[in-house]
Amino acid sequence: MSVSQTSFHSALLDASRPVPDGLQDANAAPAGRRFSVYRNNVAVSLTEAMHQAFPVITKLLGPQNMDGLAGIFLRQHPPSSPLMMFYGEDFPGFLAGMEQLSHLGYLADIARLELALRRAYHAADGHPIEPDALAIAPEDLMAAKLTLAPAVQVLRSDWPIFAIWQYNSQADAPKPQAGAQDVLITRPEYDPAPHLLPAGGADWIARIQDGQTIGAAFEATAAETPEFDLGTTLALLLQGGAITSVTIERLDT
Amino acid sequence: MLDDALRSNRLPAAPGVGYKPQHFSQILEHAKPVAWLEIHAENYMGDGGRPLAQLRHLSEQFPISVHGVGLSIGGETPLDTDHLARLKHLVGWLNPASFSEHLAWSTHDSHFLNDLLPLPYTDATLTRVCDHIDQVQEVVGRQMLLENPSSYLAFEESTWSEPDFLSEIARRTGCGLLLDVNNVFVSATNLDFSPQGYIDAYPLEQVGEIHLGGHDEDEDDHGRPLLIDSHGREVVDPVWALLDYVLEQSGPKPLLVEWDTDVPDWPVLRAEAERAQTALDRVPA
Repeated sequence: MSVSQTSFHSALLDASRPVPDGLQDANAAPAGRRFSVYRNNVAVSLTEAMHQAFPVITKLLGPQNMDGLAGIFLRQHPPSSPLMMFYGEDFPGFLAGMEQLSHLGYLADIARLELALRRAYHAADGHPIEPDALAIAPEDLMAAKLTLAPAVQVLRSDWPIFAIWQYNSQADAPKPQAGAQDVLITRPEYDPAPHLLPAGGADWIARIQDGQTIGAAFEATAAETPEFDLGTTLALLLQGGAITSVTIERLDT
Repeated sequence: MLDDALRSNRLPAAPGVGYKPQHFSQILEHAKPVAWLEIHAENYMGDGGRPLAQLRHLSEQFPISVHGVGLSIGGETPLDTDHLARLKHLVGWLNPASFSEHLAWSTHDSHFLNDLLPLPYTDATLTRVCDHIDQVQEVVGRQMLLENPSSYLAFEESTWSEPDFLSEIARRTGCGLLLDVNNVFVSATNLDFSPQGYIDAYPLEQVGEIHLGGHDEDEDDHGRPLLIDSHGREVVDPVWALLDYVLEQSGPKPLLVEWDTDVPDWPVLRAEAERAQTALDRVPA
């Protein structure tokens, strides 16, 4: 009796299926619970990976609920590559689709934030500009284009995701208040950190990443969000080592 | 068949340990007798950041062994060429002292199952494994070592013994072997054969590295011992004794202590490496 990897694989992820015929112990008796060692290894290792990957979700739901959720998730969405460091890409969508969790609407965005932090951790190294590289004449500054480090990530949310993340990651963090929050992730050296972006900050950064000058991006953003604070946004990027080059374009020369 | 020029295993016949990032600074301060480190290849396939920076730093002071856990060499389906390219990139960048993988499968139907799954030992699987190893050695551009698995069950269809199967793979492909003595002990207990008999049949002259690790104890449906390769505790005395049995015949070899779950503080892991050093000290060079 030959055992295909297809049948081994199906029985591995679905404990209600019988152990494939042709697997046996030393006395040629059916393998029985010996097969469960493999079932258990797969489920335990992937559940453990989910706990490590989503510590704030685990804290919000409680470890036991996370175990249950991970057990469902790993069967619906097994890893698609051996790079376990990126496992869980489908978790935000999975959370958003769980009816039992619909009263916790922010969970999917918190999962996106935790994924983005991991991507930032493994992103290519950037070489930040010197802090005084932007201490230039205002007209030069407005004509400058910026390149951002590979670790930089921006998330927009209808929920206070920065406050929720902070409250569940740091001692003495204030209790979250209702409201939309956009988050910037920078990685000054090797440790990614999320920052709360001021209103319009996410739009301005998106325009900079599209190749617009600081000035053009500012005008477009301020037209939509009059209170947009360019100074605060630039300072967050500079302090986070997120700017890797400045190019000044002069159209008039 | 591998070109002789690509046989470049440079691990010293000394103790090494599986590298864990929490031990980074203590390894730099007090490694002895640990003389080399092994990494799991897949943990260093990101684009940058701390993992690669630490690895670069360590590789300036220690020979590094790159140990893959995700290539699925025993898989029925073709190897993942993207993953093979990542492996080639890592080995090219690091130029490690050794490169190894497992006689197992882990990927099927585009799912990676994060475990080392067993395969039957037949003429058909032998051909497939050899084709995969030929491909790996050609793409990566150097010899690989192939590790024997821990077995919890047997395949009715198998027609080869594991030592003969490994021996024939090494003969056909020119790959070397990584002998995990804990896996031999675990499989021997679980499948009721003599671990010394396994070693007697095993081609020790092909061994480029030896693994040691801890296992857990469970029972099967009939109340018989079922050992589980967990890498979560000290190596047990019978496995040290089996190591002595191997070293008496093979002479000194690079010895790796693996501890992957419930990772202990550095002094505990280093003590295991000291015990490996003691085993090596008893062997005439």
